[in-house]
Amino acid sequence: MERGTTPVAGPSPFHGVPWHGLLRGLLTRRFGNTRFSSQRPRPVDLANFLIQLLNSVQYGLLLFMLAAGLTLIFGIMGVVNLAHGSFYMLGAYLAYALSAQLGSFTAAIVVGTGLSVVFGLALERLLFRHFYQREHLDQVLLTFGLIYIFEESRSLLWGDDVHGVPVPPLLTGSLPLTDTLSYPVYRLFMMAICVALAVGLYLLIGKTRLGMKIRAGAFNRDMTESLGINIKLIHALVFAIGVALATVAGMIAAPVSSVYPNMGASVLIMCFVVVTIGGIGSVRGALIAALLVGLVDTFGKVLLPQVSSMGVYMLMAAVLLWKPEGLFKS
Amino acid sequence: MTAHASSLEALPTGLKAALAVGLAALSLFPFVGSDFYQQMVVRMMILAIFAMSLDLLQGVTGLVSLGHAAYFGIAGYALAFFTPPGEPVSLWWTLPAAMGLAGAAALVIGFFVVRTRGIYFIMVTLAFAQMVFYLVFDNKALGGSDGLYINFRPDAGVFDLENKRVFYYFTLVCMLGVFVFLRRLLWSPFGRALAGIRVNEHRMRAVGYGSFGYKLAAFTLAGALAGLAGYLWGAQSGFVNPELMGFHQSAHVIMMVILGGMGNFAGAIVGAFAFEIMLDVFKDLPAIGGFETGKHWQLWMGLFIVAVICFAPRGLLGLAQRLGARPGAPDA
Amino acid sequence: MPEALLRARELTKTFGGLAAVNKVSLELWQDRIHVVIGPNGAGKSTLTNLLSGDLPPSSGRIELAGQDITRASPEQISRQGLGRSYQKTNIFPSFSVWENIRLAAQSRAAQQPWNPLRWLASAQADPAVNERAEAALELAGLDGRRHAIAGAASHGEQRQLEVAMTLATEPRVLLLDEPLAGMGTAEAERMVELLLRIKPRHAMMVVEHDIDAIFTLADHLTVMVNGTVIASGEPAAIRADRGVQAAYLGEDH
Repeated sequence: MERGTTPVAGPSPFHGVPWHGLLRGLLTRRFGNTRFSSQRPRPVDLANFLIQLLNSVQYGLLLFMLAAGLTLIFGIMGVVNLAHGSFYMLGAYLAYALSAQLGSFTAAIVVGTGLSVVFGLALERLLFRHFYQREHLDQVLLTFGLIYIFEESRSLLWGDDVHGVPVPPLLTGSLPLTDTLSYPVYRLFMMAICVALAVGLYLLIGKTRLGMKIRAGAFNRDMTESLGINIKLIHALVFAIGVALATVAGMIAAPVSSVYPNMGASVLIMCFVVVTIGGIGSVRGALIAALLVGLVDTFGKVLLPQVSSMGVYMLMAAVLLWKPEGLFKS
Repeated sequence: MTAHASSLEALPTGLKAALAVGLAALSLFPFVGSDFYQQMVVRMMILAIFAMSLDLLQGVTGLVSLGHAAYFGIAGYALAFFTPPGEPVSLWWTLPAAMGLAGAAALVIGFFVVRTRGIYFIMVTLAFAQMVFYLVFDNKALGGSDGLYINFRPDAGVFDLENKRVFYYFTLVCMLGVFVFLRRLLWSPFGRALAGIRVNEHRMRAVGYGSFGYKLAAFTLAGALAGLAGYLWGAQSGFVNPELMGFHQSAHVIMMVILGGMGNFAGAIVGAFAFEIMLDVFKDLPAIGGFETGKHWQLWMGLFIVAVICFAPRGLLGLAQRLGARPGAPDA
Repeated sequence: MPEALLRARELTKTFGGLAAVNKVSLELWQDRIHVVIGPNGAGKSTLTNLLSGDLPPSSGRIELAGQDITRASPEQISRQGLGRSYQKTNIFPSFSVWENIRLAAQSRAAQQPWNPLRWLASAQADPAVNERAEAALELAGLDGRRHAIAGAASHGEQRQLEVAMTLATEPRVLLLDEPLAGMGTAEAERMVELLLRIKPRHAMMVVEHDIDAIFTLADHLTVMVNGTVIASGEPAAIRADRGVQAAYLGEDH
């Protein structure tokens, strides 16, 4: 619709809805202060709401990093990987161990990323490569066995204690939102990293030759191979990227969530829920689903703590009723 | 899912003989085994029931559920809620009720889950089981993370389940009953249809079978049978906690079925026993010069699982079959 | 003139922008074999999939004995009396030949997955099912091979099994997708003989490439190219049609 001209064809979709008034009210009014105030159990003010919103986006973006790796590995190589949460856990412990060794969190992230890529490549070459054509059942068992191996290896290397990882000094501040509340800079940093990686992933897969080869390989493996493209290398790279994404997620999450045994397990389940909702093989679906899950989980905990953990599963059940193969079928 | 299983659907004579020997051994065990080992064997028999229920779903119908423990746990918790703190409750209504609840949960969850396929099915069964887990874990009213106690074993009237030997034989009878029932089911029209769905669901639909209904029925029945196992577990141990419905429990039972060999229910029994024995062996490993081998049993378990998947994917029975080199499969 | 058992009107299936099947209409009558031919990619298999319910049409209408089955599921369509065989052999490879057919025949028995009696009965002991299965086994000439494991049978036997399974469901309408695919001369002759034998009781549509078989079997011939029907009618007339010769038969000398 052109500005300034009278619409000729029918009422606009915004007809009848007082959008301007709503927006203004949203931004200026305190949520608690309406004629229904007496009915609300708790006043939720705007700043609190913003903080929860930011938290949910931060959590969602972190989940996205994990889910993107999982959905790529599944979508392109057809492997279900239950050990994906273990990479997250290893990333967190790496952050702890390396920043203690190297004295710098940034150095820890850089070195950790490199290590995880090498680890991913090795794991693919030695083990996963042989399971691409196997039944999902075998893959499930294999990766479940790996979970045990990874957990115990971690226990042998770094023990079973809970550890904190200090936030790097540059990022320790807080950004003021209102006169009373502010938001930790580090969490904004986390979000920035996730967004950067998401953009990078989008560019890689959508706009580069490598990305084209990856997509071709997913679409038709034999054809791609006969075109002379080294499908084995592609698979190795995709796997390594998936592992690296999960590990980096663990590394940057470490200062916020601290480092403890079995931290991979709960994040793995969430990851699976995200991939199920978003659609297997769809990175775009993983992003939208991750943000949805972040929202439902965070606001669920705030508004209805008794059934908060159920909220996400209800969401998944609802999506499955509507679209049994997820929001975006790849 | 493929037909990993079908060549052992009809039990070869050697296996039948071995099973008969096993049954005799189990029947006589309480007279020779110590109390401690008796309890261990009861646990194994309960897990064998659990494994057989999953075999119906996985080995026969080809549905890989990563959330089967949910129904195991639900029945255990049902017993915990039925049993008042001061006195036992009757076996004769609580057992069917617990199985009914587990089956009902399977029906509801199955309704959502059975419409999905392949990897989706695996993921959503996991997710729903986790939902049940957190429902219990987060709610003090349901016991929370601490779990619940069952102070008295169910009252059977005509026999006394508090007597360990009686409970042993009761469990043995249940296990036998489930085995006979499932073997019968395997060769029934329902069982044949399930096997057909596993081998080629597309063709089954093309010749007129409503595969959704069959899969849902199998899912529900498997849930109810898992409930039987969960009820017995609660009765034996006197304690239920959320871990009974956890991810690890679900994965362990899958491992048992694979370890033994899928699709004929005998493998599930063998696998349950073998898995528990391996677990105990690993946990009891003696320390080697300061290194607490037993404490790190998860490492050995993980390596063992990886080794089985890599080298013996059709499980122990498959291995035995290969070694025995039986020519051809009997008529299906 | 009896009613057409199967009637398809303006069936269309588009994928993206491409119409794999474009406004195709056809009718199947009892005791008539309607052969559909066309070069690869003409949309013949897609058409078969639309009729059997394996694919939902983008537009158009399908009626089976007067009932609208346009949006029906494959199992509903099968139960209403339409059977189909596949171009790529679609059997139960790990079961015996007998079990393959018996399982197909069992589909006509009462389907009650929730009935505990059906969990305890013996599958092999149902006389009605066995009768249907025996009849189909015999018709397909597989009597001597009933104990063979289907996956290990010869290609020709598997194609016979493919048709036998369809016959075991006692359909009124048969869609056969390249029943002669990959067969040697003797086997192909047997298959043609079988099709002619079952013709009186069924309305049949056969998708085929073998010229001799086509002209032996066809009462009615439809030629498809690029998703559209370019000619449809008596085989002799089609053969003489210049347009068809140019588009298809001409290349086949």
